Amino acid sequence: MEIEVVSLSKSFKEVQALKNICFSVASGELFGVIGPDGAGKTTLFRLLATLLKPDEGYIRVRGLDTVLDYRAIRNGIGYMPGKFSLYQDLSIEENLHFFADVFGADMKKNYELIAPIYRQIAPFKDRRAGALSGGMKQKLALCCALIHRPSVLLLDEPGTGVDPVSRKEFWEMLALLKKQGLTILVSTPNMDEAALCDRVALLQQGRVVAIDRPSAIIERYPYPLFAVRSKEMHRLIMDLREWEPVQGCYGFGEYAHLSLHTASRRPSEIAAYLEQCGHEAVEIKSIAPGIEDCYIAFEQQA
Amino acid sequence: MGNVIQVQALTRTFGDFTAVNKISFEVRQGEIFGFLGANGAGKTTALKMLTGLLMPSSGTALVAGYDVARYPEEVKRTIGYMSQRFSLYEDLTVRENIRFFGGIYGLSTSQLREKTAQVIEQLGLEQQAGLLVRSLPLGWRQKLAFAVAQIHEPKVVFLDEPTSGVDPLTRRQFWEGIYEASARGITLMVTTHYMEEAEYCHRISIMVDGRIDALDTPAALRQQFKAVDMDEVFRKLARPDQPVGHVD
Repeated sequence: MEIEVVSLSKSFKEVQALKNICFSVASGELFGVIGPDGAGKTTLFRLLATLLKPDEGYIRVRGLDTVLDYRAIRNGIGYMPGKFSLYQDLSIEENLHFFADVFGADMKKNYELIAPIYRQIAPFKDRRAGALSGGMKQKLALCCALIHRPSVLLLDEPGTGVDPVSRKEFWEMLALLKKQGLTILVSTPNMDEAALCDRVALLQQGRVVAIDRPSAIIERYPYPLFAVRSKEMHRLIMDLREWEPVQGCYGFGEYAHLSLHTASRRPSEIAAYLEQCGHEAVEIKSIAPGIEDCYIAFEQQA
Repeated sequence: MGNVIQVQALTRTFGDFTAVNKISFEVRQGEIFGFLGANGAGKTTALKMLTGLLMPSSGTALVAGYDVARYPEEVKRTIGYMSQRFSLYEDLTVRENIRFFGGIYGLSTSQLREKTAQVIEQLGLEQQAGLLVRSLPLGWRQKLAFAVAQIHEPKVVFLDEPTSGVDPLTRRQFWEGIYEASARGITLMVTTHYMEEAEYCHRISIMVDGRIDALDTPAALRQQFKAVDMDEVFRKLARPDQPVGHVD
């Protein structure tokens, strides 16, 4: 195992940020930590990056303890914090050289690892980091986190504040790095990005509620699920929640997702109920759940 | 229902650079309108003009009947604004926040008293009115921020990434509040680059290089761009020259 997290807990004053977390990540895995703001993602990543000490439990990175062996671990990990942390007054090129020097890394020898990413920002290498767009900052930060050729990459919310095009490109870069054998831990509040990971841990208020392949988590979703819409979305949701067979009903964009307690209900019964409530232009279809449906089901159980 | 926002060939240049290039669109009363664009597409410049913060170079924009170039102060008074990043003062209590923002919008002392009581009652925050906003759960803070953005009874509320990073249940509760406001006839303009948020809007416009290159319902846009989701629509529009999935 590349990373082992065992019975990990961490509190800040009265707030318990992480509660008895356990998981492990295999070498070469792309592992996602999925959860909203405040779930404990950043605390977990700071603990993994040896920047915080656990209150209870421990973390081993390649067999080394994050408290006792922090120095050795730091040489083997690349950490990209959620907040842009490069030198805004230095140029792209200067930032890269600075981080290479700090780690005593051989730029020439390691360049090939970052080349596919660096080539995209190289035309702007003299521009100050502070003057770059969100997507370019992200690429530069990734280069700086990789320049010492770490075996583990820790990316805390790399997609925040970045438009969908850059976000997509970023995930494609991660796929390339994974091919090079890197172990990658990435956190995100976007549930739909779970599908891009080999395995994910769903984090909810400091607890891990599920760890598995995204498809396996989805397979375990316990309710029959439907997408429903009508002319009046707000009233539709309110009316459905009043209906006895309904387990839950939540807006999902243009449709509301409706989960039922029993498998025996048919779309025609839902339609009859909505007609009785006076809804117009009703549309109902049976759908497969996504990670977000699963996450909501876990939230309801909590 | 009439149009609450009417934009005609709205343009803004900075020197040689055209940040917003002849955009035209209308937003109906009670509509939830998504305003999307990649970083640097001109979204922020357009919004600054629509909120009376920046003069257009040419073209017109009417917001709640006011021409933004001629009556920017009236525009500011008829709109509300809420962002996920900053909306309330965390070091002030619930009641202090309501009074502070009500005061900024020029409510009289008696209106302030009345509105403060009304918002607290509507949200069921009687027990929490004296607590610092910092100590409230995120879901409550957002509901309060949304209520505060409507304290002066604006006709249009601008929402900037209102639920990015928020947990799925809280996000849904918040959007139910938006649907409810829409049903009351309030017009909502949502800017975001999170497609999870965009999918909730009645119609969406997408800006590319200062222009509006797409404008329709999410379903119609998916069809038009032969895309499985809005994310793909956005990518096809924002970087048409670059095959999706191509790195280096």
